[in-house]
Amino acid sequence: MSFAAHLINGISLGSVYALIALGYTMVYGIAKMLNFAHGDVIMVGGYAVFVGVSSLGMNPLAAIVVSMAVCTVLGVTIERVAYRPLRGASPLAVLITAIGVSYLLQNIALLVFGSDTKAFTNVVTLPNLELFDGQLVIKSVTIVTVIVSIIIMVGLTLFVKKTKIGRAMTAVSEDKGAAQLMGINVNGTIAVTFAIGSALAAVAGVLLCSAYPSLTPYTGSMPGIKAFVAAVFGGIGSIPGAFIGGILLGVIENLSKAYISSQLSDAIVFSILIIVLLVKPTGLLGRQIQEKV
Amino acid sequence: MKTKTGGLSKTTKSDLITYGMVILAYIIVQLLVSTGHVSSLIQGLLVPFCTYAIVAIALNLTVGILGELSIGHAGFMCVGAFTSAVFSLAFKQTMPSAPRFLIAILIGAASAALIGFLVGIPVLRLKGDYLAIVTLAFGEIIKNIINALYLGVDSRGVHFTMKDALSLNIEEDGLVLIKGAQGVTGTPNDSNFTVGIVLLLVTLFIVLNFIHSRTGRAVMAIRDNRIAAESIGINVTKYKLIAFTLSAALAGVAGVLYAHNLSTLNALPKNFGYNMSILILVFVVLGGIGNIRGSIIAAVLLTLLPEMLRGLSDYRMLIYSVVLIAMMIFNWSPNAIFFRKRLQQRLTAGRETEKEEA
Amino acid sequence: MALLETKNLGISFGGLRAVNAFDISVEKGQLYGLIGPNGAGKTTIFNLLTGVYRPDEGAILLDGVNLTGKKTIEICRAGIARTFQNIRLFGDLPVLDNVKAGLHNHYPYSTFEGIFRLPRYFKTERAMNERAMELLQVFGLEEYAGYKAKNLPYGQQRKLEIARAMATAPKLLLLDEPAAGMNPNETKELMDTIRFVRDHFDMTILLIEHDMKLVSGICEKLTVLNFGEVLAQGDTQEVLNNPEVITAYLGE
Repeated sequence: MSFAAHLINGISLGSVYALIALGYTMVYGIAKMLNFAHGDVIMVGGYAVFVGVSSLGMNPLAAIVVSMAVCTVLGVTIERVAYRPLRGASPLAVLITAIGVSYLLQNIALLVFGSDTKAFTNVVTLPNLELFDGQLVIKSVTIVTVIVSIIIMVGLTLFVKKTKIGRAMTAVSEDKGAAQLMGINVNGTIAVTFAIGSALAAVAGVLLCSAYPSLTPYTGSMPGIKAFVAAVFGGIGSIPGAFIGGILLGVIENLSKAYISSQLSDAIVFSILIIVLLVKPTGLLGRQIQEKV
Repeated sequence: MKTKTGGLSKTTKSDLITYGMVILAYIIVQLLVSTGHVSSLIQGLLVPFCTYAIVAIALNLTVGILGELSIGHAGFMCVGAFTSAVFSLAFKQTMPSAPRFLIAILIGAASAALIGFLVGIPVLRLKGDYLAIVTLAFGEIIKNIINALYLGVDSRGVHFTMKDALSLNIEEDGLVLIKGAQGVTGTPNDSNFTVGIVLLLVTLFIVLNFIHSRTGRAVMAIRDNRIAAESIGINVTKYKLIAFTLSAALAGVAGVLYAHNLSTLNALPKNFGYNMSILILVFVVLGGIGNIRGSIIAAVLLTLLPEMLRGLSDYRMLIYSVVLIAMMIFNWSPNAIFFRKRLQQRLTAGRETEKEEA
Repeated sequence: MALLETKNLGISFGGLRAVNAFDISVEKGQLYGLIGPNGAGKTTIFNLLTGVYRPDEGAILLDGVNLTGKKTIEICRAGIARTFQNIRLFGDLPVLDNVKAGLHNHYPYSTFEGIFRLPRYFKTERAMNERAMELLQVFGLEEYAGYKAKNLPYGQQRKLEIARAMATAPKLLLLDEPAAGMNPNETKELMDTIRFVRDHFDMTILLIEHDMKLVSGICEKLTVLNFGEVLAQGDTQEVLNNPEVITAYLGE
């Protein structure tokens, strides 16, 4: 039974990684940049809900909506102020700028909320699910996390495939110049991508903090890195890849914590990433690009 | 023939300026220290300046010369730091400090080189961002393993375990060298500013001469065009590995300097995690990719900046991050570059009209 | 015996037969042209000859040595050098160093000797500089030696690529559309250069070209490729007057 519990917890953690990884993958696919600050947007989303529920006494659902709005505005602002001026510059310059934005968000949070850990109130107040006469207890937050992630994943896939904006996103990620010639507003499309990615980060933040109820200015940083690894794992740029990568990463992490060593779990996760990339150099679902001679 | 000798002397001159800059900085700092003009805060930063300058040069060899992005150099620094610290601690009582430190440096460099070589074999097959993420992963693995490692020595030999201090099963008179997450305590304080400068100069000597050698040329040829390099018979894998291994070895040397400047050595996220690797990358990018002198200057300035802002307490890292973003946009934004060019043209044009009027 | 000989060379990409049953025989000292419409498989043949692709079938012989399936660097050492359709220089390196990179395997010293500047470093570098300058002079590039390669004018970049290829001391030189993007004057100059290389170095040259003036002006023999297969082969004038070739080029 304990294996099933670990597995389910792993899937739940993995779903959070998947939500964050979706943001990474979409931004990478479209803007060809590694948005290192993405993890810190999660942290902002967590604080937004914390303030809403604990300080302002808001309804948790309303707080989540506010948090998504805050993160969306934040994501679009970051893109407009820090990344857009660097469009066309060296990818390394953009990467370093993203790191600067990450520091900035962490330090603003540090100034506003202090470095002490905030106890996050679980926003999922449904009863836990007990199976096999209470031998296997699944927390409600775990179930909600998995369901929410699946809904978002399906919704996002439909959005990209069926809507005009979604198809514009695909076009921009294939070829910016050609998309522009076809009358697509490239800057607008990139802004929309950041908006969606950041809203997802807010959801991920809420779910993450509900499952692990401690919130600090650095909360987003390690999950951010792991989600980035998950995105690469699944093949960066691919939406189903990010989802599969996230789930696998969460499961591997939880199982190795439970059965091998809690200290070495990160080392194991990263080792598996390396092995996957050596076998499939562009990730599980990534596209192989051949250089033309 | 004139252009050839001219071209050669130009690079030599640039190298000499770099050496001169380091030596001059050393002399000035020593003068200021002896006349009591340097605060204890800055004195405490002198060895870190050298450490970060060395590791920045090492990373620049990978990023600027080899043209591959690594976010794992703190891992190589970590390997160099821990292997050398363990050696120095083990021989603390039995060896005089000078030869001991020299051997420690060699051990740190060699072990980091070995890990760099082993990491490089699989990693250098990957491209771009994938290579970057795998180096990041390796850095984290190294940090993770060292944090879980217990190592001790007694009359029966060397013991190690990944569990806890008790499982080491060490005798009463034995010595515990690495205590898991508590790291290494009691490393002799062999680093000082003079040693740091000497190591920095040696690093410069190795890297600058490497760049201007046949091997360096092959590495840069691969960076500029891998397919063309292959077509003229350059063994791409071999030269990538040489450059990456050398870069790891030098990062290991920086680790040795770092370890012997502290009495307690831990593998924390902030000194050997990906955050540190990223900080080193920031030095390299701000100093100019492929610009060795720039790496030194950027490493020193960016190590100094947070300390200079210390008076602003909570706001210092905030200002640091804003400065970082602003500098990146100013230096790299296509619009800013265009604006600077226009400004420069107008200034030179202005000067020329002045001349004509005179 | 022919210097370069291929027998029944073929390769497919997915379902597409890019090159089929390709036979060619280039004599030592010959200036040989490989022509055909776009997409006929000309560059693919160069990529097969230089080990970028492995042939599915057939054999490549250079001077009687079997090079089939060998890696690019082994083929370079065996004596085939090439230029690229889309110029591939070491853009951030000086012009001189581009040629010196080509000399890489002929002027060896170790990494250790390079870092610690042992006597062999100075001796070898001096010899390398001299040889590289000689080559630059042959191509009239000596005044650009200190320039970054990417800052050279287009025509000079093409010449530098040939100079770099010649630095590897090949037996056979492959030129992939050397006149692409050149104006008539530059093309004329290039024809002189190619002829000079052949005479001066006693070189065997196989070139791909669309410029018919250049092809008929300097090539002694031609092979015409169409849809991956040899359409015609022989002396230049004969081939160019072949009605099938004219149809392939001009359509029905």
